[in-house]
Amino acid sequence: MDTPTINSIFSDPGLTMREIQIRDAIKEAMSEEMRRDDRVFLMGEEVGSYNGAYKCSKGMLDEFGAKRVIDTPIAECGFTGVGIGAAMAGLRPIIEFMTFNFSLVAIDQILNTAAKALYMSAGQLRTPIVFRGAGGAAFQLGAQHTNSYESFYAYTPGLYVVAPSTPFDMKGLLKSSIRNDNPVVFIESELTYGLKGMVPEEEYIIPLGLADIKKEGSDITLISWSKMVHVTLEIAAELEKEGVSAEVIDLRTLRPLDKEAIFNSVSKTHRVAIIQEQHSVASYGAYLSHLISTEIFDELDAPICLVSSAESHFPYSKALEPYIMANKDMALPKIRAVLDRCL
Amino acid sequence: MDHDLLLDLYRQMARIRRFEEEAARLYTERKIGGFLHLYIGQEAVGVGAISVLENCDFVWTAYRCHGQYLAKGGNSRAGMAELLGKATGCAQGRGGSMHFYDSSINFMGGWGIVGAHLPLAAGTAFASKYKGEKSVSICFLGDGAINQGAFHEALSLAALWKLPAIFIIENNYFAMGTPLTKTAATEDLSIRALAYPMARDSVDGHDIFAVRSSVHAAVQRAREQSLPTLIEAKTYRYRGHSMADPGTYRTKDEVEAKKQRDPIFLLAEKIKSTGLEDKISIIETEIEEEIQDAVRFAEESPFPSPETAHDYVYL
Repeated sequence: MDTPTINSIFSDPGLTMREIQIRDAIKEAMSEEMRRDDRVFLMGEEVGSYNGAYKCSKGMLDEFGAKRVIDTPIAECGFTGVGIGAAMAGLRPIIEFMTFNFSLVAIDQILNTAAKALYMSAGQLRTPIVFRGAGGAAFQLGAQHTNSYESFYAYTPGLYVVAPSTPFDMKGLLKSSIRNDNPVVFIESELTYGLKGMVPEEEYIIPLGLADIKKEGSDITLISWSKMVHVTLEIAAELEKEGVSAEVIDLRTLRPLDKEAIFNSVSKTHRVAIIQEQHSVASYGAYLSHLISTEIFDELDAPICLVSSAESHFPYSKALEPYIMANKDMALPKIRAVLDRCL
Repeated sequence: MDHDLLLDLYRQMARIRRFEEEAARLYTERKIGGFLHLYIGQEAVGVGAISVLENCDFVWTAYRCHGQYLAKGGNSRAGMAELLGKATGCAQGRGGSMHFYDSSINFMGGWGIVGAHLPLAAGTAFASKYKGEKSVSICFLGDGAINQGAFHEALSLAALWKLPAIFIIENNYFAMGTPLTKTAATEDLSIRALAYPMARDSVDGHDIFAVRSSVHAAVQRAREQSLPTLIEAKTYRYRGHSMADPGTYRTKDEVEAKKQRDPIFLLAEKIKSTGLEDKISIIETEIEEEIQDAVRFAEESPFPSPETAHDYVYL
């Protein structure tokens, strides 16, 4: 049975829509795929009896049983490796990290094993596995629980890296990720699990590697992904009041990257700002900036603006956090400066 | 004792040794690059353990992987070609000495980060149990791996989830150049099994029959009861950690003393005592032909073409 492919929620008005939270979209995606394919299972800390630290697997233990919804000890390196080995033996694991902060304990398994096994074995070992969980900053969690690791993972060939922003995208892309035969790092956001959005009742998938234009505009292209898309939409609304028409591109997938969507937009607007939660040095945004400035240099009317978090760790105090974490107030003056530049 | 078995075990061990002696020669001729970790001296562990497995069972090991690859049924031509980085290699020149693979015989490699392959082996064991299949997973590791977190996490999960996995520590007494006395507070490495807990054994790794009998019991435990085992096989490598290592951290006398209990020599003595001496020279001639053919094949094979350099990054 073919599942319909829908790239954008706006593309099919014939769907039966209802409003759900991101955590429900994630649960629906996992549950549908587990009903469809016995090889799919969920493994991680608190995913079973606790229903997930962020309730993304609520009710799944009851539906699928302890064989397929597996609570693990706190041993990220161990259970990540078990998942990878199981994938190599033909299963299709979903490994949940309570947050991606903890994935670093398992990063050797992800980068050195999952990402490279296909290559090192010349195609013999296949690793269809999804590593998913909360990424990025929340509020007042201190330095060790506040990291955006998209750039770390996007650095490594062999991985897919997906970082959606809405319930609709989250569900469609997670279903595609589970069906993908490559290892997929699927980054959610701690702060947006409760975010609501329209999602069809009908089953659908969204192909990996396609960006989505979240708002059309003509004066400047704003590029973002994950939770920062929502900040970027606020920035665009602010600019609109100032008479600036901003186009907002949600990359959704960082690897592979939808270059065409970016180049098409920049060829129209001739100005670019990239808004990311990462630090700027050696970051994904810095790579995007390089890519745009080398591949479509002639389309640019101004330097590329890169809005990032400060080159610091994240503090606990709410008095300090806004000065470190990329946000609307930090971004606007930088974007205005780019808009003011003339050739 | 079954004569065919004796001769087969002899053939397997001698085949690995001759394969690696030729590899060492090709390394000194600079036809093999990178690291080359030789298994010479340890053959009874790999051959003995794998000889009690079924084809459906999974074999995992670290970067000293030529022996297990050949013992599981790996093709010597494809192995030698891999060492030379050729397109006909068992990883088409992507892996090299440390990363042999042959998924068609469930030889799962060939891994370069010490200890990191243990959770993977627990993973194939997990998959067998999940699918209701009877295959077991066997994982070889060095004594250097037992202090890694991945070792403890893998054994802990294998015991907790009752996985059909067998972990075999090939204790050759050195983690690269650091002696065991500096890395572990005990000489019996199998006692680490007590913590998880799981069944354990410690065997003389020079005695292929001791290895077979221990692993046979572990395989039965895994296949019939879905329970893991930790086995220590006390062994020795005659060469340095890799070809780049002259091994100056141990005396010639120590190495010579260990060679007195060479596993291939010990088995040859046993075979001679059963009056099969003439069979040994026939086997050796056949092995020599196979290995020379493998070298010739590897040397004559083409290198991978540049346009394939990007293949296998994604499916």
